[in-house]
Amino acid sequence: MRTTSSETKTNQTEPGTAPAGRPGLDPAAAAGYSDHPPRMGFFTDTSVCIGCKACEVACKEWNNVPEDGLVLTGMSYDNTADLTASTWRHVAFIEQPASDGDGDLRWLMASNVCKHCSEAGCLDVCPTGALMRTEFGTVVVQDDICNGCGYCVSACPFGVIGRSETDGGAHKCTLCYDRLGDGLMPACAKACPTESIQFGPLDELRERAQQRVDVLHAAGESRAQLYGADPADGIGGAGAMFLLLDDPEVYGLPPDPVVTTRDLPRMWRLAATAAGSLLAAAVVACATGRQ
Amino acid sequence: MCDGPAVTADGGRPGADGSQPGGGDRHGRKQRGGRQRSGEKQLVPEATFRSYYGRPVIKETVWGPDIPSYLFLGGLAGASSTLAAGAHLTGRPELARALKCGAAGAISLSMAALVHDLGRPTRFVNMLRVLKVTSPMSVGTWILSGYTPLALTAAASAVTRKLPKAGQAATIAAGLLGPAVASYTAVLLGDTAAPAWHEAHRELPFLFAGSAATAAGGLGMLAVRPGRAGQAIRFAVLGAAGEIAAKSLLLQRLGPAAEPYQTGRAGQLMDISEVLTSTGLAVAVLAGRSRAGAALAGLTLMAASALTRFGVFEAGRASARDPKYTIVPQRERRQDVSPES
Repeated sequence: MRTTSSETKTNQTEPGTAPAGRPGLDPAAAAGYSDHPPRMGFFTDTSVCIGCKACEVACKEWNNVPEDGLVLTGMSYDNTADLTASTWRHVAFIEQPASDGDGDLRWLMASNVCKHCSEAGCLDVCPTGALMRTEFGTVVVQDDICNGCGYCVSACPFGVIGRSETDGGAHKCTLCYDRLGDGLMPACAKACPTESIQFGPLDELRERAQQRVDVLHAAGESRAQLYGADPADGIGGAGAMFLLLDDPEVYGLPPDPVVTTRDLPRMWRLAATAAGSLLAAAVVACATGRQ
Repeated sequence: MCDGPAVTADGGRPGADGSQPGGGDRHGRKQRGGRQRSGEKQLVPEATFRSYYGRPVIKETVWGPDIPSYLFLGGLAGASSTLAAGAHLTGRPELARALKCGAAGAISLSMAALVHDLGRPTRFVNMLRVLKVTSPMSVGTWILSGYTPLALTAAASAVTRKLPKAGQAATIAAGLLGPAVASYTAVLLGDTAAPAWHEAHRELPFLFAGSAATAAGGLGMLAVRPGRAGQAIRFAVLGAAGEIAAKSLLLQRLGPAAEPYQTGRAGQLMDISEVLTSTGLAVAVLAGRSRAGAALAGLTLMAASALTRFGVFEAGRASARDPKYTIVPQRERRQDVSPES
């Protein structure tokens, strides 16, 4: 996969090859790892999620994430509400009319998680280097370096990462970096009783996801769609993709997120122009007039 | 629309904010702009869209009032240093000294505000571990690290009248770095997922540079006798003109993301700021020859600059809180690019 001729480049993007200037599917290589394991990730197949929240609990247990308090939100069975500094898996519950229109309801349940973007806004804007790319292509916060500036919180197009009120640092899913290092699967995937959360090399997961969505389409579930599986999307493809049974926004996911740093070169150019204008204004103000 | 009480559970406010509950059906789509709003005065077509119980998609910034205060103070400091260098080099020592002191004071307060806003203030020095051009905050840290000692040296030399050569060198260097201090903060806000900030990334640098010049000119008018503030008045006028032009461009170009700048708390702040800017300029022209008139005009312009920064800050927060600003443009983009298969 390392060498690609110009002919094969016109084909579908192959695993391991990145579009020019973008980390693409191999962000670990783009981050400077020369000899690294395959990119690992999640495929969350929401069509088999039963909303048991074992993933939320397993995540908290393994990662020693503090509790969020016992609050009833009034949003179906979802009393977790959101991904935060202390919630790294969040199961969404949606009750909606079934498509047959005879008054029946259908349940949508989906376990949301950090997307471990190929082009990660949080990592880009982090001023201390606390957020880093691992050899598995995932994105983690180094807690001993984070100084709690909160920039990553505003840069994430998914609203995933949060700053803790307790310790002042930013926290999010690590894709169980410690477990991966020992060849184990992340705690949430391990605990999932229906294999809604699947863990593995991203290439394999992407194939499996495509097969699954084809099966669902053939079965008549026309709204089934993959989310985060396209390397040509606004984040260069996610390291955690989803199979959804309705549009992303219904699950609280942005329909077409684009990492903010794609516009950064233009922003710097415009800021330089504005700075030049300010300098010019001072010259004009000082060089003209009698006073 | 939805039948059965369960499906209308939308955080208690189905439709109140234009959002459809997550489980809502599909005929409540956003009316596509252009076709259905001819003759309407509405700024943005009524947006109906689907969301997860009306909850925000992205997170609101965790930054507190320290940050808009810094946006103002940093702009004031940077532009003051630049004007001070001009005044210094053209033989206006009184104005130059006042501006150098103002810059030194403003940047000192800025540093305090920035450290105070960190979740872990004792680790502020971790900012200096790396230099990342992908992080406006990192670039800004290094700009401030270069600028602050220069601004302090320039002020110290001007006040004590010692080391005039070093003072002059620091004055000029701070004057050259000042515009960077005043402008990079626009990139700091633009490089986020908050729609009102990101979508304004073209105009914000000019808005901030103009606002900084307005404030620095105001400081000059406040600090020295009217007969000696000509440079400050001209600087303030140029700054205010830039600020007004950039703001009207922003409101024209942003489409739906302009709404947070025109409504709610942010809208109020921006409106008051605009009134103060024109009032300050009018007072400067009509009563600028009296000490009191010039001081009042200067203070008014500084207040206008501060309110602009707080207004922009609030607009970003509001745009992150309401899922409509995130979902509606993305949904339209997605349908334009790839019609649903």
